[in-house]
Amino acid sequence: MTRKFRLKPRVEQKVVQFFFYLLTSVAVLVLVFILVVILKNGLPQLSLEFLTKNPAHMGKEGGIFSTIVATIYLTFIALLVATPLGVGTAIYLTEYTFEGTVTRIIRFGAECLAGIPSIIFGLFGFILFVNKLKFGWSILSGGLTLAFMVLPTIIRTSEEAIKSVPAAYRLVCYSLGSTRWQTVTRVVLPSAAPGIVTGVILSIGRSIGETAAVIFTAGSALHLPSSIFSSARTMSVHFYILAREGISMSKAYGTAAVLVIAILLINIVAYYLMGKYISRSSSE
Amino acid sequence: MMSKSKPNDRLIRLSLLMVALTAITVLAVITIFIFEQGLPVMAKYGLKNFLFGQDWYPSEKSFGLLPMIVGSLLVTFGALLIGVPLGLASAIFLTEFSSRRLSRLLKPLIELLAGIPSVVYGFLGLMFLVPFIRENLGGPGLSVLAASIILGIMILPTIISISIDSIRAVPDSYREGSIALGATKWQTVRMVVLPAARSGLVAGIILGMGRAIGETMAVIMVAGNAADLPASWLAPVRTLTSNIALEMAYASGEHRQALFATGVVLFVIIMILNFLANLAARKQPGR
Repeated sequence: MTRKFRLKPRVEQKVVQFFFYLLTSVAVLVLVFILVVILKNGLPQLSLEFLTKNPAHMGKEGGIFSTIVATIYLTFIALLVATPLGVGTAIYLTEYTFEGTVTRIIRFGAECLAGIPSIIFGLFGFILFVNKLKFGWSILSGGLTLAFMVLPTIIRTSEEAIKSVPAAYRLVCYSLGSTRWQTVTRVVLPSAAPGIVTGVILSIGRSIGETAAVIFTAGSALHLPSSIFSSARTMSVHFYILAREGISMSKAYGTAAVLVIAILLINIVAYYLMGKYISRSSSE
Repeated sequence: MMSKSKPNDRLIRLSLLMVALTAITVLAVITIFIFEQGLPVMAKYGLKNFLFGQDWYPSEKSFGLLPMIVGSLLVTFGALLIGVPLGLASAIFLTEFSSRRLSRLLKPLIELLAGIPSVVYGFLGLMFLVPFIRENLGGPGLSVLAASIILGIMILPTIISISIDSIRAVPDSYREGSIALGATKWQTVRMVVLPAARSGLVAGIILGMGRAIGETMAVIMVAGNAADLPASWLAPVRTLTSNIALEMAYASGEHRQALFATGVVLFVIIMILNFLANLAARKQPGR
């Protein structure tokens, strides 16, 4: 072993601690800076008019009403499809089978799906829903694409929620003569509900913020969507187009502020539920 | 006791199995579609020309993806260079060195910021970072450097929150044992806590890496998107993802297929990363 120069452990400790403190401050400040800039430049743009008027002149004038409606439609369809599929998968994995090849394949599928970039989902949705199934650029195509994108999140959070329901609940239920399905629907799911809802809420946040997967499946038409088959532009896509094509930076900031506030509120609700859930399950 | 309800139960089990197979089915369908669309054109013009060709002129049937492959790898590497030290340092600081109150305040804040859409990061990069680079370091500003910094910041919340979770999962008895032997806090962290949390940390970094290489819109806004091999950190660059997104709107025929071929390359890179992440996560010592 070669002898090399070393600081005294206690000095080293102080140096390292200071260094880490510095790096943490940089990380936190950068992230907070992003939030502050968006809110500082975006909040002055917000008004009732901005939220309730449709965009005019490609978004240079008017508000963002139609894009808010489109975002809500798309997110609604995504969760309408993804929630039963995700919760169903979680129930199967936790309550109806033992660990084995089948569960391993299912988990592998969900994990890989979680890692696929949104642009690939966009290509997939474009080929399957827009072209092959002839839904065209539409809310339906975009919503279904998003559904598969958020599916892994819902599976994972639901599985964790169901797993954390105490085994005693199930035993009591079986001992009363209930079937497996009765146990699942009347005891397990109600106890796991806050956890499942958290996953759904997080998925809402992800759907709202998504751009790449949506732009090739829902299109970017600016008018108010009239049915699930009309093409529509979500807030994120609108924001992207405003900023990238330099149409209006003030409207871009306004749209970004609405997006960020909506997502932060959604995540705060998810956090609150999660916290409540954890404190409840640990007190039992 | 269960005999009366058994046929019903079996039906439910079967339908739940069907539902549970959705994820893997979707994965299979995505794979088939992307490869079905992308492989023929790759075969026609040769895999070598696709992977190592330097010229991307779709109108002249020249589909060299090398600049984009290099571009994706460069910005991802750059993002890790920025995101990993900052992320790990923050995670270590917040779990081991800071007061409980501070970490209780900052962890949720950082996780909330993970929800900020990537387009927002790209937009702020365009408004602040790109002009800053142009004025102070030269070049067009839209550059490898700008994309790396934006992606590095974007993956910070992911890396921090996963690292915090895996460091917290290390049992306190490990730390107490080390402190009892007279080690300082930092020695404990370096020699006991970090090795024990290693697999979780690696998995978090690989996840961040996957996010960086898969990101599209934020990169398009700050990278400049020239389909050439970047000459320096200040030169514009185009990634695999932006190649798809930039041209998909108007591409048709073989050009569109070449974009799916771009997707194939991206897909293969991501799958390799996923595989590595799984491997790393499974190698948890003492499990």
